[in-house]
Amino acid sequence: MDIDGHEHVIEVTDLRRVYGGGFEAVRGISFSVARGEIFALLGTNGAGKTSTVELLEGLAAPAGGRVRVLGHDPYRERAAVRPRTGVMLQEGGFPAELTVAETARMWAGCTTGARPEAEVLEPVGLAGKRDVRVKQLSGGERRRLDLALALLGGPEVLFLDEPTTGLDAEGRRDTWELVRRLRDADTTVLLTTHYLEEAEGLADRLAILHEGRIAASGTPAEVTAGRPSRISFELPEGYFPGDLPPLAELGVCGHESDGRVVRLRTRELQRTATAVLVWAERAGVELRGLDVRSASLEEAFLGIARDEEAAV
Amino acid sequence: MSGIAPSTLAPSLRRLRALARAELALLGRNRGVVFTALAVPLALPFSVRPALDQLDLQKHGIGIGAAMLTAAIGFSFLFAVYTSLVNTYVARREELVLKRLRTGELTDTEILAGTALPAVTLGLAQALVLSAGCAVLLDAGAPRAPYLTLLGLVAGLVLSAALAALTASVTRTVESGQVTALPLVFVSMTGSGITIPTEVMPKRLASVCELLPLSPAIRLVRAGWTGGASAYEVLGALATALAWIVVAVFAVRRWFRWEPRR
Repeated sequence: MDIDGHEHVIEVTDLRRVYGGGFEAVRGISFSVARGEIFALLGTNGAGKTSTVELLEGLAAPAGGRVRVLGHDPYRERAAVRPRTGVMLQEGGFPAELTVAETARMWAGCTTGARPEAEVLEPVGLAGKRDVRVKQLSGGERRRLDLALALLGGPEVLFLDEPTTGLDAEGRRDTWELVRRLRDADTTVLLTTHYLEEAEGLADRLAILHEGRIAASGTPAEVTAGRPSRISFELPEGYFPGDLPPLAELGVCGHESDGRVVRLRTRELQRTATAVLVWAERAGVELRGLDVRSASLEEAFLGIARDEEAAV
Repeated sequence: MSGIAPSTLAPSLRRLRALARAELALLGRNRGVVFTALAVPLALPFSVRPALDQLDLQKHGIGIGAAMLTAAIGFSFLFAVYTSLVNTYVARREELVLKRLRTGELTDTEILAGTALPAVTLGLAQALVLSAGCAVLLDAGAPRAPYLTLLGLVAGLVLSAALAALTASVTRTVESGQVTALPLVFVSMTGSGITIPTEVMPKRLASVCELLPLSPAIRLVRAGWTGGASAYEVLGALATALAWIVVAVFAVRRWFRWEPRR
């Protein structure tokens, strides 16, 4: 329990993971997830998302630091943790030659308090595929089977490693809806994703992983708050970026230009936008492709990669 | 991997049964493996019969029926259990099935045992059918000390499964399993008394061959049939078999690979 009375279902302290070849995939990360919260680990491929989740799932022992899931070490106290967690790996894990029903039956036989197979296949739209072999399922159907089996035992904590990768837009929305319903029923969900809109729309809190470290974390609003907004437009022929008023007067904190296309970053969106539009009005200039947007997770995400490059 | 208390036994058996049932369905769908497992132990003993006829088996108290039966049971260890399980363990690992199972409630031991159960059961059933067939068709008579045959069967089946898991640890793909499984198959066929009974080998060679992994199991199976083993020989064989099982189980726990190499 923390000071606000939240029960921390997942606690990670200074976690490290080093692979056999000496590659340090996770370099000292800390975060906690409260009961009934959806927490997203966001990052590019190779950022350390899966390496982290596997430690939380108890598939490997950390090289350093500490993991607690429901108060237990998920690696050493497997028997205490597993009946209360559900896991969906990043890919596969089911024999290709078994049918959907046989796979569900097998998994049910290995799960404490497993719900009837029909009850879990129905919500993911696989009830009609009971007798189809796993190898004949589409990629999206396999992801949904995986999700159904992760939910079989009614877990308190759910680990979803890229749950919507390979799903079409509709399947993705359905999965989001399902995850929200689980959260409303007090299930704690930790998911990884490289879809920004997934993290932004679904997660109560998130952490952006970059090269094995947490580069930013908090609610989506907190993570984007510190980030600049963006304005971009194209100047008409005969005008150059130098014709704009001094950028510092516009409240601009960063800019790029590519010929006549100008991109400005600002922490004072209204002031900068107004100044640019007033200038254009007075100069009688039409700004083509004008795009004004407040800070988004995407900006935060790209910004982290950019800062990182600049630091090198 | 902890000790088994009564309160954990029932769920453990339930998980084993669920996994074994799925594996049995998968075994039934793999025609190649089933054919090898069923046909080789039946056919190969006939191919070694001419060689057996050359040997003076009677002098050692071994009838041709008993010799062919032990050959058949030995081939069953090797082809119905060992090579077929190398194939299964590697296939399940490469399909990420083992990794997925480890995210659930099954212990590591349950995963390996449940996966092996159908093949081991097939091997046992095959040995029993072959024994009955031999007794009737080849006039081998009834085994003189059936408990020794049974002990030999248990040791051979457990060891074949454990060695399969160990071989799977050093095998990257199902195809390469056809190569990595060969050394044990060859060594056992020639040295463990499957084709040539160790009893007819020169003493010094025989005493080395008796230390090979499957030798004690074969020796016990044959001794049960012929009754021709002293208490000292039986204890020696049991000790050797036990030592191999301990080593194999330790090695599997230490080195088994649960995920594909990336």
